[in-house]
Amino acid sequence: MKLVDWLRFRFATLFQRSRMNVEIEEELRAHIQHRADDLERSGLGRAEAERRARIEFGGQEKFKEECREAAGGTFVETLIQDVRFSFRVLRKSPGFAIVAVLTLALAIGANAVVFAVLNALILHPQYVPRAESLYGIEHGSDKDAVESYPDYLDLRDHNRSFQGLAAYSIAQAGLETGESPSRIWVEEVSGNYFDVLGIQPYVGRFFHGADELGANSAPYVVLTYAYWHSHFQDDRGVAGRIVQVNKHPFTIVGVAPPEFRGTLMFFNPDFFMPIVDQEQVDGQNLLNTRGRRWIFMVMGHLKPEVTPAQAIADLNSIGSYLEKTYPQDDGQMTFALARPGLLGDYLGLPVRAFMTGLVLLAGLILLAACANLGSLFAARAADRSREVALRLALGSSGTRILRQLFTEAVMISLMGGAVGLAGSVVLLRGLSVWQPLPQFPINVPVNPDANVYGLALLLSLASGFLFGTVPMRQILRTDPYAVIKWGSSARVGRRITARDLLLGVQIAICAVLVTSSMVAVRGLARSLHSNFGFEPQNAMLVDTDLSMAGYRDDGVPAMQRRMIDAVETIPGVKSVGLVGQYPPTALVWNISIVFTDETADLRPSNAAASPVIYSISPEYFHAASTALLAGRDLTWHDDKKGPRVAVINQEFARKIFGSVANAMGRYYKRRDGTRIQVVGVVEDGKYTPNLAEDPQQAMFLPILQSPSSETWMVVRSNLDPQQLTTAIKGKLRDLDAGLPSFIQTWNKQMDTALFAPRVATVSLGVLGMMGAMLSITGIFGMAAYTVSKRLRELGIRMALGAQRKEVLQAALGRPLKLLALGSVAGLLLGILAARVLAFIVYQATPRDPLVLAGVLIAMLLLGLLATWIPAQRALAIDPATLLREE
Amino acid sequence: MNDQAQLLPGTLDLLILRAVSLGPRHGYGILLCIGQISGNTLLIEQGALYPGLFRLVRQGLLKASWGTSENNRRAKFYELTAAGRRRLREETESWNRLAAAIASALSQQPEEI
Repeated sequence: MKLVDWLRFRFATLFQRSRMNVEIEEELRAHIQHRADDLERSGLGRAEAERRARIEFGGQEKFKEECREAAGGTFVETLIQDVRFSFRVLRKSPGFAIVAVLTLALAIGANAVVFAVLNALILHPQYVPRAESLYGIEHGSDKDAVESYPDYLDLRDHNRSFQGLAAYSIAQAGLETGESPSRIWVEEVSGNYFDVLGIQPYVGRFFHGADELGANSAPYVVLTYAYWHSHFQDDRGVAGRIVQVNKHPFTIVGVAPPEFRGTLMFFNPDFFMPIVDQEQVDGQNLLNTRGRRWIFMVMGHLKPEVTPAQAIADLNSIGSYLEKTYPQDDGQMTFALARPGLLGDYLGLPVRAFMTGLVLLAGLILLAACANLGSLFAARAADRSREVALRLALGSSGTRILRQLFTEAVMISLMGGAVGLAGSVVLLRGLSVWQPLPQFPINVPVNPDANVYGLALLLSLASGFLFGTVPMRQILRTDPYAVIKWGSSARVGRRITARDLLLGVQIAICAVLVTSSMVAVRGLARSLHSNFGFEPQNAMLVDTDLSMAGYRDDGVPAMQRRMIDAVETIPGVKSVGLVGQYPPTALVWNISIVFTDETADLRPSNAAASPVIYSISPEYFHAASTALLAGRDLTWHDDKKGPRVAVINQEFARKIFGSVANAMGRYYKRRDGTRIQVVGVVEDGKYTPNLAEDPQQAMFLPILQSPSSETWMVVRSNLDPQQLTTAIKGKLRDLDAGLPSFIQTWNKQMDTALFAPRVATVSLGVLGMMGAMLSITGIFGMAAYTVSKRLRELGIRMALGAQRKEVLQAALGRPLKLLALGSVAGLLLGILAARVLAFIVYQATPRDPLVLAGVLIAMLLLGLLATWIPAQRALAIDPATLLREE
Repeated sequence: MNDQAQLLPGTLDLLILRAVSLGPRHGYGILLCIGQISGNTLLIEQGALYPGLFRLVRQGLLKASWGTSENNRRAKFYELTAAGRRRLREETESWNRLAAAIASALSQQPEEI
């Protein structure tokens, strides 16, 4: 029978139930009437005849029930009966029910969350028409997609494989819509961007390739739906309005559709503007410098007849032409194709690897949960063997009993699934609106959809069936006579079973996770107080970009001097320094290659080092508390007229000049051939957000010699941050009310650097909790099973004078031995794993008495929690009752 | 009562099919018919007949329809389907073989072995 037919039949019988009952009743009544007719004919009175007929017929209700069953209309009724019975049974052992439901809730919830994230990041297609033929171009050599603008133009104009190639980059800009300026995120896109992607405007129009007529020629912006919604209140008349972007007039031409948030998945820009206008936002014209790779990604739809392999060959031939023509700027130019959503393989590879790991892990958690619940169920089935035997003896069929047990298992799994799903929905909602780094519009929308609900339901049913089958063999083997006569069999296997092994592995994994999370927590706590090469304590960062307020060329350093002077006058401020890039450990850092003084051929492959580069004001080292090891600090006299100088860090000195002493007064070359003299050396520090990195080289150039309109002021002071913020704001407003700025403590800014270790710590903690939960159910299940199987034996031992200790040993020896073995193995593995952890969490080390003690205490508590109920039960055995009844 | 024999498990269905094969009957009629054709030697619990009837209908061996009985009462009449007729033939043959084998086994005298 096909499923549909079957269902229809079942439903039909359900709704015809009352009709069928009436029919059965009528038929039986007819039988009795006919019989009474016969009896009446033999001389009885009508009333007496009917009474006799009813007696002869036997138990009407019983036969009616049998008729209904024979007619096959009882599936749904039986189900309802089973569900009601299961509810009663579960209500009688709430501890078991809660443990089982919680375990499943955790396991299914974890799977739902992981699947939802997978769905959002990898399975869910991007909102771009014909997304399947959209490819981004990345470099084959370093899995990196960045491109310079001239290279992009060559790729766009000379390829024969793409219908069109678009490019985008990300920048921050100051936007004035009439009120005071605000800092917003903008995607600088090529003119053909929307046409290449095939996106239609939601309001107004988009700009096109034909609008690009050289640098700063297309003053148009397209708003994203979210920004339009929140800042323009869905005003459809917005098209045509003039706004100021970094004090340059731009016209809003349209609004992008709500589903389209740019092609980079995590990033939500506020608006799109033509890439040819980038100078007005970035402060310098990058359209003609082939050596500066600042375009995030170049992408386009493949022509229908072109295969990816052909496209790569086509791109590579352009690449080899570029290599030959521009050896100074373009190193190896080979290409590969990748999906644009996660910047190709740059983010895609780690994200995919991470997600694969998570999916596997979640699956394993669910399997382990099912195995543990299976043994819990087996323990219960053993406890209920007398009840089952009684029901069998009273004429219930084996299938009927199995069906009821199955109903119980599926009910538990469905409840677990529901609780887990509810939890995961809350978690996913939170995750969707979560902006991990407050300064960046980064966010991953992972709202649960029908797929997620479907998966949770499927997993619940599957796991219910999975652990429901474990006690099945046990039930089927039950011989009612034997059980009632002798009680349940007391054989306990002495061999090591697969179940033992599974539990041991679970405990070991749990111990690994507990160890790792403790190592991570301790490492994190320590890294908050380690030496970064600067002191984030008592320092304030003021983030501004002078180009947003229209400062150009010589106006920039002049304004920077005025800002420093103004803030220095605030009472309580000790020193004020400037840095022209994101300060150390921010999400963004700049690297520039350098050459030894002797190098004549300045092609990238001859570079001697690639230090992180900063342009700083004289007081910067003081304000940041970076120690000067040799030579002098930079001064305001290191300006355009003076000789080019730099302060480098220890690592740079060691790498290029051999030692700090050796580096003083020596020269090195920058990419454009400028010779730079080393006048000072500072201590090493942390520059990228990866605090666990090896020491990196860094060079600090005088801000007057390499100017930057981007300006971060470092203000060192013991003042209260709130008070200081107000004071700085006031000073800056006095200087220029139109300059947008963002003020926070350096400690707060450090959150970026601590983001990865924090996430690692929290995830390890969550996984550790899950591992602990699983271990508890596993140990609980095994201990409960052992106790109920050996109840009679334990009773006899007690009757013969065994002490409590001996009883406990007999009852719980096995699970406790597993716990001890698993914990030790896990602890050892955890210590090994801590080395891996040290790549993410700075200063993570397992050689820490606190960690070791913590792990031991955690595992002990876990064992105590898991064996408490079975131990109580074993101790509560009353030999007299037991021997009388079992 | 002593001359009545207990029914062997599984034989009720066969008896019902046989009774219905003699013409459409209602439940009580089938019971009477079985009594008649077995010489009133088989003991059948009256109510136990009905689950058997429902089972046979569900298996497609019988079909049922409402009608009026000779006593002028509304009753459900059963008749054989083609499958029911086929089943009756098969069951009869296998029963006869079994009965003959049992009878032969029980009638053997010690000296004949």
